[in-house]
Amino acid sequence: MTDAALSGRTRTEVDRIQDSYMAQVRRRRMYGGLTLAIFVLLMVSGFVVADGRNAGGFWDGWRQMLDFPADVLSEAWEKRANLPGLLVRYFPALIETINIAAASTLIGAIFGLVLSLLSTRGLARWPRLIPLFRRFMDILRAVPEIVIALVLIFILGGGPVPAMIAIALHTAGALGKLYSEVAENADLKPVEGLASTGATWSQRMWLGVLPQVAPNFLSYTLLRFEINIRASAILGFVGAGGIGFELRNAMAWGPGRFDEAAAIFLLLFGTIVFFDQISSRYRNKLTEGT
Amino acid sequence: MTDATATLGSHKTSADALFRRKRLIGFAVPAVVLAYLAYIAVAFDVAGLLQRASTDNAVILASDSWSYKTHVTLDNRRGGITYAIEGERKGAYPDGERPAWVTENAAGDVLIDLEDGHLVRFLPDSAVTYDVPGFGTIEAQLVDGSVVTNLSEPIPDWINLSDQRMTVTTDAGRLTMTRSRTEVFRYFPGWELFWFTLDSPYHGHGLARIAFGDRIDPDRPNLSGAMSDFWNNGMWRHKDVAWAIGETILMAFLGTFGAAMLALPMAFLAAKRFSPVGALRFGMRRIFDFVRGVDALIWTVVLARAFGPGPLTGALAILITDSGTFGKIFSEALENVDEKQIEGVASTGARPLQRYRFGVIPQIVPVLLAQVLYFLESNTRSATIIGAITGGGIGLMLTQAIQTQKDWEEVAYYIVLIVTMVMIMDTVSGWLRGKLIGRKE
Repeated sequence: MTDAALSGRTRTEVDRIQDSYMAQVRRRRMYGGLTLAIFVLLMVSGFVVADGRNAGGFWDGWRQMLDFPADVLSEAWEKRANLPGLLVRYFPALIETINIAAASTLIGAIFGLVLSLLSTRGLARWPRLIPLFRRFMDILRAVPEIVIALVLIFILGGGPVPAMIAIALHTAGALGKLYSEVAENADLKPVEGLASTGATWSQRMWLGVLPQVAPNFLSYTLLRFEINIRASAILGFVGAGGIGFELRNAMAWGPGRFDEAAAIFLLLFGTIVFFDQISSRYRNKLTEGT
Repeated sequence: MTDATATLGSHKTSADALFRRKRLIGFAVPAVVLAYLAYIAVAFDVAGLLQRASTDNAVILASDSWSYKTHVTLDNRRGGITYAIEGERKGAYPDGERPAWVTENAAGDVLIDLEDGHLVRFLPDSAVTYDVPGFGTIEAQLVDGSVVTNLSEPIPDWINLSDQRMTVTTDAGRLTMTRSRTEVFRYFPGWELFWFTLDSPYHGHGLARIAFGDRIDPDRPNLSGAMSDFWNNGMWRHKDVAWAIGETILMAFLGTFGAAMLALPMAFLAAKRFSPVGALRFGMRRIFDFVRGVDALIWTVVLARAFGPGPLTGALAILITDSGTFGKIFSEALENVDEKQIEGVASTGARPLQRYRFGVIPQIVPVLLAQVLYFLESNTRSATIIGAITGGGIGLMLTQAIQTQKDWEEVAYYIVLIVTMVMIMDTVSGWLRGKLIGRKE
C-alpha cells in the first residue's frame, strides 16, 4: 500500500522532470531552429541582393569563371619563351612590395611595442593613461589601410611610402593589442628586481620584460608580416607602387599582355607561399622552444 | 678535484660563449634593424619624397574637409548672377533668392560682404571693386575681353594677374575675374546642406519645428517629407552612401559565413582523425594552401572578369580566400578534439553522422565561431579595399571622392562612416563572441 503510493508519487515526479526536460529540449531546438532559419534567410536574401546589385549575374558568371584564367594561361603558354624575362623584369617590383611589407612590419612592431607596454597594467609608465593608449590603438586598428594610403597618396604623391605608413599604422594598432595581451602575463619579479637597483622605466622594460616575451612577440610579428605582404600587394593595385601596381597596368592592357599578368600572378603566388612556409616553420620553432 | 676544475672550466667557457653571443645579438639586432631602415629610406627615396610632398594639398585637405564655400558667379557674356554652394547645380539657390550677405543697392550694384571689412562690388559694364583692409581698393574691368586693373607693380603674391585673368586670394575669400565670368568665393565652416538641399522646403528648419510644428510643405506630412528629402539629398547622397555601407557589410558577411560553411566539410576531409585516406588529406591541404596563396587580390581580379563589378564579386573573393584559411584552422581544431566524447556517443550505438553531430561539433563550435567572428571583423576592413578594386561599396565611393580631388568634405564624411562602421562591427562581433562562447575576462 505504502509502496504503491510511493512508487506512484515517484512516477509522477519522474514524469514531471521528464516533461520539463522535454519542454526544455523542445525550446532549445526551437531557438536553435529559429536562429538557423534567420541565418539562412539572411544568407539567401543577402546573396539575392548582392546578385541584383552586381553588374554581371552569378549564374552567368559562374560559367565564365574559368574563361579568364584559361585565357591567361593559354596566352602565357603561347609566349612561354618570354616568361623568364618577364619574371626578371617584375622582380624589382616584387622586391618593392616585400620591402613595403617588411619596413611597415618593423616600424609598426616598434610602435606597437611601445604602445603595448604603455597600455599594460602593471608595466605602464603612466598607469592613468592606459585607457587613452588603448583607445588610440583601437582607432589605429579600425582605420582601414586604404583610407590612410589614399589620403597620403594625395599629399605625398604615389609610391611606396604612403602604403608603408598606412600599413605601419594599422600594424602598430594590431600588434600593440596582441603584445599587450602577452605582456600582461609576464612575470613581474625581474621588473621589481631591476626597479630595486634603480633602473629607469625603459631599462626595466628592455631588460626585465622583453626577454620573457620576445618569442611570442616575434611569432606574432612574423604572422603580421605574412598579412602585410598581402596588404601591400593590394594597396599597390590602388596606386601605391610595387607588384600590385604592375598587375593593374598589365590588366588594363587586356588581352595581348596576359603573359605579363601571368608572370605577376606567378611571382605573387610564389612569394606568398614562400613566406607563409618560412614563417609558419619558424613560428612553430619559437612557440615550441618555450 | 682535478675532475671538478675540468668540468667547471668547460662550464665557464660555455657560459662565456653564451654571454658573448648574447652581447653580440644585443648589439647586432638593433644594428641590423637600423641598417635595414636606412636602406629603405634610400630605396624608397624618402628625401626626394619629402621635397615633392605638396603642403598645399595638405592644407586644402585639412581646411576643405570641415568647411564649404559659396560661389557668387557673374556671367560676363550673358549677364545674370548665380549663387551656388560649392558651385554645384545641386547646391544652387533657387531663382530670386540669394544669401543674406549679398545685397543690391538702388543703383543696381551688387554688394558682397566678405566680413572683416572685405567688400566686393559688382558694378555695371563688367567692372568689379574689392576693398581689402590695409591694402586699399582693387578695381578691375573687362575691356574688349581683357582684364584691366588699377594695380601697379609690385603686385603682392596673393594677387595673380595677367591680362586674361585676375585672382585675388585673401583670408576672407577669393575673387576671380576672367573673360567669361567674375566669381567670388566665401568660405564657411561646417558641412552645408548635409540635411536638406536648398530646393527642399525643409531647409533651414530645426528638428523640433519639423517634428512638432505645422506642415511646411502642404502636400506632405512633415516627417515623411523630411525623411524623403533627406534620403534623396543630391549633395550628400545619403541613399547611395547607406547602400554602399550595406554592400560593404554584405560582402564581409556573405564572404565570411559562406567560407565557413564551405570550409567545414572540407576540414573534416583534411583532418587525420576523420579522413583515413592519406592522399585525400594531402590533396585537401594543398587545395587550402593554393587558395590561400593565390590571395584575395588575384581572386578579386579574376572574379571581376567573370562577374563584373559589384558586391557579389567582392563577396566571392572573400569567400574563396577565406575558405582556404578556415579550412586550415578548422582542420587543426578537428585534430585536437577529445576522443572521449566521441567514444561516449558511439557507445550508445550512434551512426558516424550522429557521432560527428553530437560528439565532435559541440567541442569545436566555440573555437570555430570565435574564429569566424574575428574574420568577420577583419573582413569588414578588407571589403572596403576589395570594394575599391571590384567597384562596389563604400570603398569605391571613397576612392572616387578622393580622385575627383575637390569634395574633401565628402571624403571626411566617408572616412568617419568607415571608421564608425568598422568599430560597430568590432563591438557587435565582440559582444556575440562573449554571448556564444562565454567571456574570457
